[in-house]
Amino acid sequence: MENTINTGYILELKEVSVSYTPGKYAVDKVNARIAPNTVTAIMGPSGCGKSTLLHAINRLHELYPGISTTGEILLKGENIFRMNPMKVRRLAGMVFQRPNPFPTMSISGNVLAGYKLNNISLNKKEKGLIVERSLRSVNLWDEVKDVLNKKGTFLSGGQQQRLCIARALALKPELLLMDEPTSALDPISTSRIEDLILELKKEYTIIIVTHNMSQAARISDNAMFMYLGKLVEYGTTRQMFTKPENKRTEDYLTGSFG
Amino acid sequence: MAKMDKLLRGILLTAACFIIVLTAGIVYGLVSQSWDAFASFGFFRFIASTEWDSRNDIYGALPFIAGTVMTAVLAILFCIPFSLSVSLFNGEYFRNKKLSLFVSSVVDLLAGVPSIVFGLWGFYTLRPVLVDLGLSQQGFGVLLASIVLAVMIIPYASSLSAEFIAMVPNDLKEGAYSLGATNLEVIQRVSLPVAGSGIFASYILAFGRALGETMAVTMLIGNTNNIPRNLADTGNTMASIIANQFGEAGGLKLSALMVIGLLLFFITASVNFIAKYIMKLVNR
Ligand SMILES: Nc1ncnc2c1ncn2[C@@H]1O[C@H](COP(=O)(O)OP(=O)(O)O)[C@@H](O)[C@H]1O
Ligand SMILES: [Mg+2]
Repeated sequence: MENTINTGYILELKEVSVSYTPGKYAVDKVNARIAPNTVTAIMGPSGCGKSTLLHAINRLHELYPGISTTGEILLKGENIFRMNPMKVRRLAGMVFQRPNPFPTMSISGNVLAGYKLNNISLNKKEKGLIVERSLRSVNLWDEVKDVLNKKGTFLSGGQQQRLCIARALALKPELLLMDEPTSALDPISTSRIEDLILELKKEYTIIIVTHNMSQAARISDNAMFMYLGKLVEYGTTRQMFTKPENKRTEDYLTGSFG
Repeated sequence: MAKMDKLLRGILLTAACFIIVLTAGIVYGLVSQSWDAFASFGFFRFIASTEWDSRNDIYGALPFIAGTVMTAVLAILFCIPFSLSVSLFNGEYFRNKKLSLFVSSVVDLLAGVPSIVFGLWGFYTLRPVLVDLGLSQQGFGVLLASIVLAVMIIPYASSLSAEFIAMVPNDLKEGAYSLGATNLEVIQRVSLPVAGSGIFASYILAFGRALGETMAVTMLIGNTNNIPRNLADTGNTMASIIANQFGEAGGLKLSALMVIGLLLFFITASVNFIAKYIMKLVNR
């Protein structure tokens, strides 16, 4: 563990670049450090590399040949590219844009999917505890406790998304990565998820991609603004919304483009 | 322009109606010629009887129904491991890679080979192998026919099920990977279960083909009118008894063959219908 130096940051990105085609960088030399128990919003116009950056953090790009990721990403001081990718993905839970519960699994099966997929066997009591704890932590328990054996796909979109968050939380990750988790949801479900994010901050560190600026303003402590693959500005959300340093950030936030 | 349009519509409508009339005609022809046998033996007696006696003009279809079910079930059992591997290879592991494109074109090639060619191969290449292995004395029989049938239906089962496996949404696979799953775990726990009904339907469709396949089976099954007692035994399927005897049959015997034809028609039609229905549910 030569690299395990506790710097107080849970995540450090050093010169992180990602390219889908050689020579073209979807994410271009991004440097950033993220403190624990914070919510960081990644903003920017469509196609600027937000999802690409997020996927780099749990090494999802490695599923596809031809995508190259360079630079260093340290998770609690440890370089994720020297860790087992399966472990990285368990430690950095991912919530996707569209709710994607497994359609062949029940609600409790979905919550336990991480264990099942990693062939970790649990006894009945452990299962029950994990299901209840995870569903409670996304405020879904009371709504589904009587239908745990029903398919997760019967739930509403907002409930499905909370189920997917529960599924990620069940593995006790260090980080929760969310890629526009509310963009497919109605306003009420959206605000429930926003409240949830604020609660989860006590236990987890959250990075959320959003192109909803008021959402970023409501829930994030820090904000990143990306443009054409570059991290243009990174600071506290308050500062970015009140006096952005960069002209492009200002233009984006005032709606001049994007 | 409108006139041309009307004309075209007329032609298409006529063609469509013709297909319906044709199908009805086939069923009518089979039913009307089946009548004598129905009247003489009764439907249930006919399908439950093992007798096929030209001298006394007594006929029953049980041996052929048994032969058909045996060969088709065995064929599907032999086919599953191969086509599942091929479909995972093409639909998941090597999807869109050069090797997989090559494999799927070989599979397509296999699907286009006429059944008489499979029959020849089974007769002159595979049969001696079975004899050498001591699995059968003459080589002919249920086992030989089933193996060749399996080879014939592998292309259908595997190319269709590969499509269902490839259709599993990427969202779900990424969701599974993001929970730390390995390739194998994603296949086992996500891709196969999600594609399950589609894969099942592919096998039913392949089963339907095996039920009706005639030429190769007729060449290989040994053509005896008994219920096969074991895999090495000879027998006949519903299709092969018809192919064997229709030329020399007349009277009640011909009528009995017609009943078998009618049965085969309905069995394969229902199997296809079930498969299509499942696929429709999947595609919703
Ligand atoms: N799978 C891919 N293959 C090739 N290029 C991609 C792929 N995914 C994204 N891109 C490109 O990378 C850039 C960043 O995309 P993305 O990270 O999805 O942006 P955002 O999430 O900010 O909308 C875009 O130019 C996009 O076209
Ligand atoms: Mg995106």
